[in-house]
Amino acid sequence: MALQLENVTKRFGSFTAVDNLSIEIPEREMFGFLGANGAGKTTTFRMILGLLDASDGRISWDGKKINYDTSHMIGYLPEERGLYPKMKVRDQLVYLARLRGMQKQDILKQIDYWLERFKVPEYATKKVEELSKGNQQKIQFIASVIHKPKLLILDEPFSGLDPVNVELLKEAVVDLKNEGTSIVFSSHRMEHVEELCEHLCIMHHGKPVVHGSLKEIKRSFGKKNVIVHADFDISHLKTLAGVTRVKETAEGLNLQVESEQISQKILDSIVGKGFVRKFVLEEPSLNDIFIEKVGASYE
Amino acid sequence: MNKFWIILFHTYVSKLKTKSFIITTLITALIIFGLANIQTIIDKFDEDETTHVAVLSESDELYQAYEQTLSAMSSDIVIEKMEGAEENAQERVTNEELTGYLILTESSEGLPEGVYKAPSITDSEITGQLEQALQQLKVTIATTKAGLTPDQINQLYAPVQFDKVALEENAKSEEELNQARGLVYVLLFVIYFAVIMYANMIAMEVATEKSSRVMEILISSVSPIKQMFGKILGIALLSLTQFAVILLVGYGSLKQSMGGMEGGFFEVFGFGDLPVSTFVYAGVFFILGYFLYATLAAFLGSLVSRIEDVQQMITPMTLLIVAAFMIAMFGLTKPESSAITITSYIPFFAPMIMFLRVGMLTLPTWEIALSIGLLVITITLLAIFGARVYRGGVLMYGKSSSFKDIKKALQITKNDK
Repeated sequence: MALQLENVTKRFGSFTAVDNLSIEIPEREMFGFLGANGAGKTTTFRMILGLLDASDGRISWDGKKINYDTSHMIGYLPEERGLYPKMKVRDQLVYLARLRGMQKQDILKQIDYWLERFKVPEYATKKVEELSKGNQQKIQFIASVIHKPKLLILDEPFSGLDPVNVELLKEAVVDLKNEGTSIVFSSHRMEHVEELCEHLCIMHHGKPVVHGSLKEIKRSFGKKNVIVHADFDISHLKTLAGVTRVKETAEGLNLQVESEQISQKILDSIVGKGFVRKFVLEEPSLNDIFIEKVGASYE
Repeated sequence: MNKFWIILFHTYVSKLKTKSFIITTLITALIIFGLANIQTIIDKFDEDETTHVAVLSESDELYQAYEQTLSAMSSDIVIEKMEGAEENAQERVTNEELTGYLILTESSEGLPEGVYKAPSITDSEITGQLEQALQQLKVTIATTKAGLTPDQINQLYAPVQFDKVALEENAKSEEELNQARGLVYVLLFVIYFAVIMYANMIAMEVATEKSSRVMEILISSVSPIKQMFGKILGIALLSLTQFAVILLVGYGSLKQSMGGMEGGFFEVFGFGDLPVSTFVYAGVFFILGYFLYATLAAFLGSLVSRIEDVQQMITPMTLLIVAAFMIAMFGLTKPESSAITITSYIPFFAPMIMFLRVGMLTLPTWEIALSIGLLVITITLLAIFGARVYRGGVLMYGKSSSFKDIKKALQITKNDK
């Protein structure tokens, strides 16, 4: 069971939202799907869900086209929170899960299980509008996974949650993956992607600009980060050949360098000049890669 | 269970449980019940009030004649002859023993004259009856004096013979037309309100789901088309429930108080002999009108991003319904005018105007069939078109909400190869 996108293109009139995208997501795999706002992520999700038809190319799940006959195998957590504000949590989950083809008895059991797991059993009879944003997000998450989907699309699943609850949801996501669910994970929080995904793809203006396994992407990126904290003036490092990006911090400099070799030149230039409190050579973070490739600053 | 039915029943049950629905239904049923029993209610208040009027008259003969005339009119005023001064009568009126008193005198020509005195003379029913009786008495006395025999008098006062005959076959008589007018008027109002109310409900429902973004989850599990029609039929079921309750209450209380309303308030509205066919047509045209406007409302609702914009979006639709209603109101007095005949075939007006014609005139079956046929075809076309707009519309979020969005919505679902 794998999700396959082959040369998928989507045009709206003269505007091309997704341009020749090919990815494959095997079973038991979490795939990071990144991109700036308007890069074509939501359009891609909608095509995967069958809400939009691709202008070109083919999308298949286990070799078959995804449509409303397969919707019981698919879970979707949209970026924008979508729940009936005036409806009680339990009624709401029952309704949404029945639309995914579940039986009422199973649904009630699953609701109890998930509310318990997310430590909010008392919310079952509350209206959604009475819950905090973070708790609404938990309910939304439950709605997208209650029917044990084989393919799960998570668009910004952790937004609005405090760190404790992020861990709670992350565990649930990892459990689902280990049980065999293929997950498409989209987030602007690069550390989450780095932590959870082995493979990823960065979209820019509808085109995939980076695609592959996380390790591979980092290695082929080439550039490294050097962190230098010293008690003497190290400002000359900023203009050193091979330094591509400089960020001043309170204690020193964070430098991005073209290759590992440059780091040694930096080391040479500061050795013996005074007290060096910190010198670190680092792999580039996904954040760096994203900024480099997409060219927009992101937090 | 099929997802279509899940949506249908979810829409139905969740709306059925809302406070606003229960309250509107209860209030309407109460009003219907009250109207049906209005004669009883009015009588109830009048029961304990008998009118006592004292008559001060110089001659016994005159009093006797007056009493006879009054009782012949089957008036419920009780009169008594009173001797003595006017002050006594005044005192009894102040003590509320009497409603008022009448002073009868004879004029120089020997004709009766009267003065009625009471604390208040607002009740025109009493003064009217007293005056009428006196008038009759005067006529009798005057004609006798003129030397006419009672036969001659009767001839003089017998109503003229005047009959109306409609030459066209099956044409309704003036009386029937008046009766039909009342019933059609009431039912037109019902159709008008129901179509506006339920079409609004649909648009709000769609816009709420869209603005709360629950739509994205819904359309990822059920096709937008199934969803749209599930909703439309769910609300249709809701409206039928409401009508069933109101009709049952109305029918029950009408039957119960049928005896007491002869010649009363209901005759005016033509409820004397409830014509079943008019009710059946009202039902048919309501359902067709509902489907027409609900489909329109559903796809208009799918175009807005915020609930605040719903009203703006469906205003043109509401105006269309209002226009239909206005034309129908005009048609009540002139159901045969050619403007009415033409508009009764225009699908957006037909639910009200064809119903008006069916209710007021006797139409050949083909005319009714043609109008209903056109309506059904329009509904089908609108449903196909609406479903396509809806499918794209629910995916669109933006600031603008105008009719240009229809084009955009269609473009989204179009397959650009």
